[in-house]
Amino acid sequence: MDFELTEQQRLFRDGVRAFVEKEVAPFAALWDREHRFPVELMPKLGAAGLLAVQSPESTGGTGAGPIEYSLAITELARACASTSVTVAVTNLCSDVIRKFGNDAQKQRFIPRLASGEAVAGSFCLSEPHCGSDAAALRTHARRDGGDYIINGSKNWITNGGHAGVYIVMATVNRELGPKGICAFIVEKRTPGLITGKEERKMGLRASNTVSLAFEDMRVPAENLLGREGDGFRIALASLDGGRIGVASQSVGIAEAAQAAAIRYARDRKAFGEPIANFQAIQWMIADNQVDIETSRFLALRAAWLSANGKPFSREAAMAKVAASEAANRVVNRAVQIHGGYGYIGEFPVERYFRDAKVTTIYEGSSEIQRIVISREVIQGSRA
Amino acid sequence: MDFNLTQEQSLIQKTTREFAEKELVPIAAKLDHDGVFPREIVDKLAELGLLGVAVPEQYGGAGMDNVCYALAMEEISRGCASTGVIMSVNNSLVCDPLLKYGTEEQKKKWLVPLAQGKILGCFGLTEPNAGSDAASQKTTAVRDGSQWVINGAKNFITNGPQSSVCIVFAMTEPEKGNHGISAFIVPADTRGYAVTRVEDKMGIKASGACSLAFEDVHIPAENLLGTYNKGFGVAMSTLDGGRIGIASQALGIARAAYEKALKYSHDRTSFGKPINQHQAIAFMLADMATELDAARLLIWKAATMKDKGVRHSMESSMAKLYASEMADRVCNKAIQIHGGYGYIKEYQVERHWRDARITELYEGTSEIQRLVISRSLLKD
Repeated sequence: MDFELTEQQRLFRDGVRAFVEKEVAPFAALWDREHRFPVELMPKLGAAGLLAVQSPESTGGTGAGPIEYSLAITELARACASTSVTVAVTNLCSDVIRKFGNDAQKQRFIPRLASGEAVAGSFCLSEPHCGSDAAALRTHARRDGGDYIINGSKNWITNGGHAGVYIVMATVNRELGPKGICAFIVEKRTPGLITGKEERKMGLRASNTVSLAFEDMRVPAENLLGREGDGFRIALASLDGGRIGVASQSVGIAEAAQAAAIRYARDRKAFGEPIANFQAIQWMIADNQVDIETSRFLALRAAWLSANGKPFSREAAMAKVAASEAANRVVNRAVQIHGGYGYIGEFPVERYFRDAKVTTIYEGSSEIQRIVISREVIQGSRA
Repeated sequence: MDFNLTQEQSLIQKTTREFAEKELVPIAAKLDHDGVFPREIVDKLAELGLLGVAVPEQYGGAGMDNVCYALAMEEISRGCASTGVIMSVNNSLVCDPLLKYGTEEQKKKWLVPLAQGKILGCFGLTEPNAGSDAASQKTTAVRDGSQWVINGAKNFITNGPQSSVCIVFAMTEPEKGNHGISAFIVPADTRGYAVTRVEDKMGIKASGACSLAFEDVHIPAENLLGTYNKGFGVAMSTLDGGRIGIASQALGIARAAYEKALKYSHDRTSFGKPINQHQAIAFMLADMATELDAARLLIWKAATMKDKGVRHSMESSMAKLYASEMADRVCNKAIQIHGGYGYIKEYQVERHWRDARITELYEGTSEIQRLVISRSLLKD
């Protein structure tokens, strides 16, 4: 048993940290204020090896594993939660192609995602009427000669307005339920791919979230990932990894909030001494750290299981629900420690507070995570 | 990074799990009811090497690492929390400081029989008017020729009624506060050493906790443990290790409650289905399972740091704080899942809740843990 990072992992993390401090941290508040997706950052993220962390170098990826990926997302999220989700979803797309794509698909799409040439990737599962219950999706795909014709709409699509590569989930037959779902790789500028309104969000304002409509969108059959009916499995498998990503993001946001809270508690005086001297403040700082460390170890354990080819659905769900809910407690305490200053844009904690909220919702809400965990423990213990 | 157990760690986990299942689970309720110290069980712990788990074999211990100790504490406490604390005090609070601060002679004389489980030891820090605030204690030690003379009183001393030796903390220069405390090895059969009051407790009822009185207790000069006036450091460093033990105890108690709740949730039906098919119950089980894992990871982290010999005060405090408060929540939920049956002794979860409550109090209250953690983070 060993909780230490390897030398290589430490170097990787330090490299990401240095990149983030130079290219991301100084601008995060501005991007947030302006609701601006930083397109110019994408090739830099690509050059830093952060857009296809787990894809092999032969396809332009970084060739690292789930632990490194988790560390990268945490580092990004410490500076800018929006950028971390942009990066996470792009990685999700290259990961899906890496795991389920054929060689031609890998060679064609992963390098474009990895370099930032595609700007970003976009994973299209949620629909207006179905989020957690993915098997109920209605977007329809119909085979037509060498193509599929896709009709339907998607909601809450991260990177949807900028992506060069989309993974679209659609069903060939709704009556088949999960078994009818297929995953397609769809390129930008495909006729019939219509970008809808961009959402104005409470947080993650520098990430791009849109609705999409597909109107007789024609996709070549060679862009089907795996086989017809593999889509649900692909969606679920990617969500397990995605949950480690959100847990890691939650850790990053919480770490940033805790660092700000500690800094402020030392500087700010009340009743003649730094507020760090009061137990009311010390207790919040202590509880924050416990929340952060439990989240970190749960996330890294899930990543480690994944890296070792072991099942990790339950552990990823535990990491996701614990870390996201912990992050929300931590940012709340950080705002409280800042008093009125925590509520204004001059200090970063109000941004952390807004950014943290989504972590309990996307990639499977807390409720979905609890369903995943409880099903496993209940079924696993049935006599 | 590696979350696998070593072969030795897996083995001690398996051995102690089987031992607990066979020897502790069947009698834990009766031990709790009777409140009688489980002498035979303690002898069996000794045979298994569980009274000096992380003590090198040359000093009578099992020569294992602190992760092994944490694993064993979890399993034993899952079977019987009283047995868990008896084990924890002997290992963490008595053997550990003797190993770390004792002279070779002191180790041969005291550590060997303690680690072998031939005798039990206790830790005399808390006083009637000085718990968390150890520096305000009143017990004194005065040099008299080749001897120390100790006067004062201690209370809430776990294993006190059964111990042959006590690590006693006393003021050697009271005006110096923390810097005027020294640690002493005091044999229980010394004239003037008395067990004055045995407590009737809410939980961990089969372990003994008592008050001790020292009236002109004369001990030889060589029984000073560690450096003169450095006893506070001995106490604090000892508690860093002890907190790993108590965190593991809390984890074991919580796991026992969780496992009972999970089982009950299959057996009990309401509205036509097992209650675990209702989200209200299923989600409680999900949170319990998640929190158990989170606590275990914090404990293992602290234990690996102790094994590496690096300072782990904050990590031990985080493990202890989280695991103990987690145990309280988990036991509470286990009772809730049991409904009215949770309140009845037959189902035993009420015992787990009573047993869990102490883990937020001893070896540093939750408040002291938060103090340790926040100080580490806020110091410049």
